Amino acid sequence: MSNLRDVVIIGSGPAGLTAALYSARANLKPLIIEGLEAGGQLMLTTAVENFPGFPEGIMGPDLMAAMRGQAERFGGETIRGNVSAVDLSRRPFTITTDDGPIEARTIIIATGASAKLLGLPSERKLMGHGVSTCATCDGFFFRGKPIAVIGGGDSAMEEAIFLTRFASQVTVVHRRDTLRASKIMQDKAFANPKIAFEWDTEVVDVRDPEQGLVSSLQLRNNKTGTRKDLPVEGVFVAIGHTPNTSLFTDQLAMDEFGYLVTHDGSRTSVPGVFACGDVQDRIYRQAITAAGSGCMAAIDAERFLEHERH
Amino acid sequence: MADGIQTFTDGNFDQDVLKAGQPVLVDFWAEWCGPCRAMEPAIKAFAGDYVGKVTVGKLNVDDNPAITMKYMVRGIPTVILFKDGEIADQIVGLVDRNALKQMVDRHL
Repeated sequence: MSNLRDVVIIGSGPAGLTAALYSARANLKPLIIEGLEAGGQLMLTTAVENFPGFPEGIMGPDLMAAMRGQAERFGGETIRGNVSAVDLSRRPFTITTDDGPIEARTIIIATGASAKLLGLPSERKLMGHGVSTCATCDGFFFRGKPIAVIGGGDSAMEEAIFLTRFASQVTVVHRRDTLRASKIMQDKAFANPKIAFEWDTEVVDVRDPEQGLVSSLQLRNNKTGTRKDLPVEGVFVAIGHTPNTSLFTDQLAMDEFGYLVTHDGSRTSVPGVFACGDVQDRIYRQAITAAGSGCMAAIDAERFLEHERH
Repeated sequence: MADGIQTFTDGNFDQDVLKAGQPVLVDFWAEWCGPCRAMEPAIKAFAGDYVGKVTVGKLNVDDNPAITMKYMVRGIPTVILFKDGEIADQIVGLVDRNALKQMVDRHL
């Protein structure tokens, strides 16, 4: 493996793998550093029903395996492992991985986003002991038990619906009086007899860290101020995502929420560095928009390299 | 255990983990858990690095409910380090080889 690459892609979700596919087909022999969460957020989902071309839906992990296979077919090279540092201050750029440094003429950042937590100390202590951000990973542990899902978006509804397979009752706790989820997901959730809702409600505390297990949630209605205890054995937090941009602090322009700022397509504040997918998208955050922006980044990187050579 | 990874069960846990002569790192996992599969290379690499110092093995939570319940594992992947029959430390969620090393090195 040559140490100087035309294109290094950091991340292997729909954005990274689409960027890989396009840059591989442009003969740029991209190197894809998969990252710890190889395949991205879709690896944690079940059926994906809104990716065009799959009228019957496709399982998230299957879709990612197919994208990876397609990128590799045209010469994309994937390596496991994580990036621990990047130096964007001089060209070629340097990317430090677990297995040593790599130099790159262009970098495509597709590091995605990670699940946000409530930020309660008790939540942190009980992570893996009743608190979870991954229904498909941990739903199994709550067979026949009452649980709660925190959040009101599509991912919260998807988790709640999925979790009714295991749980005796799923209570959705949402801080507003309407859901942000799409109409179709709302309808599915409302129609499910195992799903109940706590509206205008925030989680004040997760009990009981002393026992080392979740026993209940202390809730507070943010309109009336009324507090109550909701006995549950599991809590699934689905209150949104935060972009994975800590590697780029003080090196790339970010917005107030930490998302990378792009302009003229996928260009970041450093020429030769491009961003795609959820790491730069606070609004759409779909597999298909991530894939689309990955294509843009690959084309932008290709043109950048072409321009450099002339 | 050609790759140096043992298989722990409800049946052998007491003998092979709790009464082991050296620290034991137990990876709680399941077939259906994507992040668990993603962590396999890190577990294997770790096991290779710590031959003779730390025993490394996997426990399938589907097949071994007693130990899973006993240690209150309610999320996977969970990796627990046992030393002299007691929990010395644990990590919940997908982590890389370096995070495993850092945790274990604190207890060696």
